[in-house]
Amino acid sequence: MTEMLDYDDVLENFDPAIGLEVHVELSTASKMFCGCSTTFGAEPNSQTCPVCLGLPGSLPVVNAKAVESAIRIGLALNCQIAPWGRFARKNYFYPDMTKNFQTSQYDEPIAHDGWVDLEVEGEMFRIDVERAHMEEDAGKLTHVGTSGRIHGAEYSLLDYNRAGTPLIEIVTRPILGTGAKAPQVAKAYVSHLRDLMRALKVSDVRMEHGSLRCDANISLAPKGAVELGIRTETKNVNSLRSVERAITFEMRRQGALLLDGGRVKQETRHFDEATGTTRSGRSKEEAQDYRYFAEPDLVPVAPSAEWVEELRATLPEQPVARRKRLAGEWDTDELAMRDIVAVGAMDMIEETVAAGAAPQAARKWWVGELARRANEGGVELEELAITPKDVAEVCALVASGELNDKLARQVFEGVLAGEGSAREVVDNRGLAVVSDDGALKDAVDKAIAANPDVAARIRDGKHQAIGALIGQVMKAMRGQADAARVRELVLEELG
Amino acid sequence: MTEMTLLTKPAHELAALLRAGEITSEELTRVHLEQIEALNPTLNAFLAVDAVGALAAARDIDARRAAGEELGPLAGIPIAVKDNFCTRDLPTTCGSRMLEGWLPPYDATVITRLREAGLVILGKTNMDEFAMGSSTETSAFGPTRNPWDTDRIPGGSGGGSSAAVAGFLAPLAVGSDTGGSIRQPGAVTGTVGVKPTYGGVSRYGVVAMASSLDQPGPVARTVLDAALLHEVIGGHDPRDSTSIPGSPTGLAEAARMRDVRGMRVGVVKELGGEGYDADVEAAFLGAVELLKEAGADVIEVSCPHFTYALSAYYLIHPAEVSSNLARFDAMRYGLRLGDDGTNGAEAVTSITRGEGFGREVKRRIIIGTHALSSGYHDQYYGSAQKVRTLVARDFDAAFELCDVLVSPTTPTVAFRLGERMDDPLAMYKADLCTIPSNLAGNASASFPVGTSEEGLPIGLQVMAPPLADDRLYRVGGWLEAVLEEKWGGPLLQQMTPLPETKAVFA
Repeated sequence: MTEMLDYDDVLENFDPAIGLEVHVELSTASKMFCGCSTTFGAEPNSQTCPVCLGLPGSLPVVNAKAVESAIRIGLALNCQIAPWGRFARKNYFYPDMTKNFQTSQYDEPIAHDGWVDLEVEGEMFRIDVERAHMEEDAGKLTHVGTSGRIHGAEYSLLDYNRAGTPLIEIVTRPILGTGAKAPQVAKAYVSHLRDLMRALKVSDVRMEHGSLRCDANISLAPKGAVELGIRTETKNVNSLRSVERAITFEMRRQGALLLDGGRVKQETRHFDEATGTTRSGRSKEEAQDYRYFAEPDLVPVAPSAEWVEELRATLPEQPVARRKRLAGEWDTDELAMRDIVAVGAMDMIEETVAAGAAPQAARKWWVGELARRANEGGVELEELAITPKDVAEVCALVASGELNDKLARQVFEGVLAGEGSAREVVDNRGLAVVSDDGALKDAVDKAIAANPDVAARIRDGKHQAIGALIGQVMKAMRGQADAARVRELVLEELG
Repeated sequence: MTEMTLLTKPAHELAALLRAGEITSEELTRVHLEQIEALNPTLNAFLAVDAVGALAAARDIDARRAAGEELGPLAGIPIAVKDNFCTRDLPTTCGSRMLEGWLPPYDATVITRLREAGLVILGKTNMDEFAMGSSTETSAFGPTRNPWDTDRIPGGSGGGSSAAVAGFLAPLAVGSDTGGSIRQPGAVTGTVGVKPTYGGVSRYGVVAMASSLDQPGPVARTVLDAALLHEVIGGHDPRDSTSIPGSPTGLAEAARMRDVRGMRVGVVKELGGEGYDADVEAAFLGAVELLKEAGADVIEVSCPHFTYALSAYYLIHPAEVSSNLARFDAMRYGLRLGDDGTNGAEAVTSITRGEGFGREVKRRIIIGTHALSSGYHDQYYGSAQKVRTLVARDFDAAFELCDVLVSPTTPTVAFRLGERMDDPLAMYKADLCTIPSNLAGNASASFPVGTSEEGLPIGLQVMAPPLADDRLYRVGGWLEAVLEEKWGGPLLQQMTPLPETKAVFA
């Protein structure tokens, strides 16, 4: 069992430093160096050609769209864009690399020296971005056998559909001075990148599909020390929650080790989602020599200043500015905006409003009912099987009085259960509020007849008793009545 | 005209006969297949012969010609292809056990262009393993022999192509030149070999040895034939990022000019002297005299860094080799050894590479891996890149003064089989004069200029600035005309015919 130090004790004794390497898979139609499709989930090895299979004689050609995306990402991260840069070969043997070298950028990244400002619980943090560079993804290995790892596997299956998919790797400089908020700052940074990529429309940033992957470097230094401590690199941190958990775990693990007079081993560790722990992987001390050299099969990437400026003009609103603008448009206070950000509902609400819903209604459902359901299912909000258009439709039905809140919840339940669109669920489940006064009057009369005492009290002017009758009517109508109309009818009879 | 005299005719003459309807491509192809059958057991020039495919292609061209279709200038001409060009469904081994039996699923761009131009692919020619060598002796499938003297090497790495063309097994061939693999075999077999400007001919589908140096090019018996073939295979290819925009033009025209008056010709001081055969130097100087007589301005130029070119080459080249050949890991194609259920993937890769690669290939992989490794990278690979820049600057300075540079193609005539196999440095020196143009990327060619006292061919190297490939053909075409008049026919006519040959000069 790993020794763990209490989080508070970690902070009392150490300053954490974190560094994040985020890989973003670009959503270009074709791969980084060939024309193969990048669609996720296709039949294994169906999206391959001599180039991404690394067949002898094949040569790479740079995907201009990927370069464009890389530049836009760099600009959005406030980076300098290199006017000239070469790709490099990173040489290592592994069966998921068809050429046994990865074509990447090494000392000449396309974007460098940028920054990101983040707000975490009212405090501002600046994250320095060291670089953002282009590279190609590897194929996918599936190890068959009880171990599930390459060692001890009976055999391994290789799918090269992903081989050659364009990646942007974004690397921060060490993030210092975050103290107790280190895990939250890291999470906020990754979340910010996710929002940014989405706004740039350069990636679908689905962490569960691996289109946004995060490696977290963590080290502890004695409080006040100038030099950074020895770091570990935790891989496989593939959800926002995991970013927070992995860093917290490593801080507590390293803290216990150091306080006990031990040494942190510089190594790669793997995060286990199920247990929330990290375990030792390959030791960095026996790390490979990648023998980098400039890729001779490609000409340098040399974006003109004019092109870079053209791309700068295509940048979307920065997330902080956008948040301010939306708060104004939605007439929402800071606290409510924070809730929206916390559940990751900004995009969904904006799209729901765009589909015709009132901002307050859209916010209510996404931050309330739907966030609750996402949380219960352990998924992100946008992974729910419901679209902003569905939610807008429900909002419209509520606004017109066709649905009440209770029925609306049932509609959401139906849509999430895959019963069709909001309209279809309303129709199939017969969920409309009964607006036929005849049917309502019958129910009201029956309720009055069944509860003479209550009716008498209302007649005597004790209007607070009316709720009991409304309840009876609603029950008889199986919830599909407009409570306000029922109240009016009761008062017409008894008032 | 007998069938046998067809074998000795230049490609452009054969093309004229085809156009005139005097012969068919099928007939021409058949004659060459027969010559291959007769001579290949002696020469081992071809590793694979595609008789069925060649005859089918020839008949197709004949039918199209009969139907009145307009065809390219070399349509219907048979051609040999070095075994490092990917050919769909035709074995591509690179002279290595590692790729024995591999059938590429695609054609190299050069192959596509040959097919589109109606050339008939006879088969694949032998080469040093993965093009590493200057004698074709490192081939896993046995050495190729020089038709001038079967105890001697035909040059390398493209010895299969040069022997095929010199031995009249094919009128044309395509090769690749990384340090001299087209030019040096040309020189020692009395044939024409051209290394175009880097990027002039697509590398797509040519199995890479050293990507920044490799350049495919034509192999032929006459200068005009080489020019015509160069025009067919050259030109921009969107699949090769390093390919030059546009298409080569005016090459055949330059080959036909036969005039060097006023051309400024530089004799490179550093490419001669110690280590050069006296006969080679004499033949070279004889050609320089002819140039002067013909009205060229001949001057001596110095390219001081050429002295370091060989050393730089043998760092850059193996560095790229070590990376390019990493893909041969027994996982997806080619040889796989040791996969008996007891070995893991890593062990299978290791066993296969250990057994599948020959000594020279392993030597270069080890040197290259070392040259790139952390702590040595700057000292070796980095320094070599600096020398490369200096060599290119020497060329730039020389081309300020001259239109072309000349030197012997290789310091000696064809050496005997086995003579240098245990002495890699001696072997590497065969490329002393040719390597600078690979480092700098400029155009360069070898043309026959005579024979040694023992009757072995000698080549003259002409070097031109990048994109000025036409100047090679201008000098070469003139030289050929002057020398053939002097000799009373092509140099190859001086070769003692092999007993089995069917080729006869008209």
